[in-house]
Amino acid sequence: MNTTESAHGQPLLAARGLYKAYGSTPALRGASAQLRAGEIVAVTGPSGSGKSSLLHCMAGMVRPDHGQVMYGDEHLAHASEDRLSELRRTQFAVVFQFGQLIPELTAVDNVSLPLILGGTDRRTAHGQAHSWLERFGVLDRAEARPGELSGGQEQRVALARALVTGPRIVFADEPTGALDSLAGEQVMTELTAAARELGAAVLLVTHDATIAAYADREIRLTDGRTGALEVSA
Amino acid sequence: MSTRHILLGLLAMGPRHGYDLKHRHDERFPQARPLAFGQVYTTLQRLVRDGLAEVEETGSDGGPERTMYRSTDAGARELADWAGSVTPSAPFVANEIFAKVVVAILSGGDPAAYLAAQRASHMQRMRELTAVKSAKDADLTTVLSADYALTHLNADLRWMTTTADRLATLTAEVEST
Ligand SMILES: Nc1ncnc2c1ncn2[C@@H]1O[C@H](COP(=O)(O)OP(=O)(O)OP(=O)(O)O)[C@@H](O)[C@H]1O
Ligand SMILES: [Mg+2]
Repeated sequence: MNTTESAHGQPLLAARGLYKAYGSTPALRGASAQLRAGEIVAVTGPSGSGKSSLLHCMAGMVRPDHGQVMYGDEHLAHASEDRLSELRRTQFAVVFQFGQLIPELTAVDNVSLPLILGGTDRRTAHGQAHSWLERFGVLDRAEARPGELSGGQEQRVALARALVTGPRIVFADEPTGALDSLAGEQVMTELTAAARELGAAVLLVTHDATIAAYADREIRLTDGRTGALEVSA
Repeated sequence: MSTRHILLGLLAMGPRHGYDLKHRHDERFPQARPLAFGQVYTTLQRLVRDGLAEVEETGSDGGPERTMYRSTDAGARELADWAGSVTPSAPFVANEIFAKVVVAILSGGDPAAYLAAQRASHMQRMRELTAVKSAKDADLTTVLSADYALTHLNADLRWMTTTADRLATLTAEVEST
């Protein structure tokens, strides 16, 4: 660890020694990872190496069989469902490869939804949703439903929805996986710029080194394990 | 890389001082190694010797910085031939990374550790290039030249990843022959 990193102090989110199996299939076999406030970290590794499983455990979407996930001083692996859903509504945001928008709702309603669920009134929510859609260059598609959007537009709306609540951590699993390389890179440029502006940390799962290069550093997974560096970090 | 053709290309826009050519080169090819003034003047003298460029005017002090060069018709033809000719599709087989992996196996070293360290170095360079091209003021020349380097580094990385996955088989093969 270099001095600038340790100067950031305690990590925002830290997974230590995670094990997770689905039936007899091991997905994680001793994975550790840390995320500091505002840091953008790429998780890379071959298909089936456990990248998505690590992200799911760290986001509190899946409980590990063994190991800890610490969000500040809080044990996520033992948190109640109520607390986890509160975190997902207020402090965590997720972006996946596709299929995350509600098909019946327009783009602006999709982006407003997390705010409205959090008690913001509809007018204010729509105002903020519009400014995020504008920031990602899809304001002119505000009234379109997901089925009427291109893949790149859909990902931009999904990013707007992820960021509209001002989360502390964005969990992104192959967010550009369905896009061609130019569109993918544009989405990454927009995501990293917005995250840095908000001071949000990003845990970015990708198998593509070109995409991983948008992050500050890389965590490499092999057969459900992270390198020795991550264990001691 | 053919410095003489690049200088001829920059002269195609009109006569220039050597000093000017150096700066235009460094601006047009931001990821390339900057040209040294000495290299620019030597190359210009050779172009003149070969009839591809000529001196348009010499400054009053006669020093190289004050001399203006222009391309000749022969220079324009040479440039067109070069720019239109296909660059040999390099076989890339004599790659140093590949050689180091094989030598590590032969000498009982640790090829996996080498590949992991090489990967970290490539990733670091890719992050730097990505930062360069994502900067708000990056022009398209900068973006495309960074992209060129990124694509090649990424090709190395993909090769290193599949090689790392097959090290056991490669080791058995190298050791048995
Ligand atoms: N819900 C599940 N049920 C059963 N097995 C699962 C489940 N999720 C993951 N696995 C298994 O766990 C292992 C790790 O899967 P994971 O999805 O974490 O890998 P990944 O690195 O994200 O792969 P990819 O790059 O293909 O998305 C795989 O063998 C996978 O089949
Ligand atoms: Mg996955």
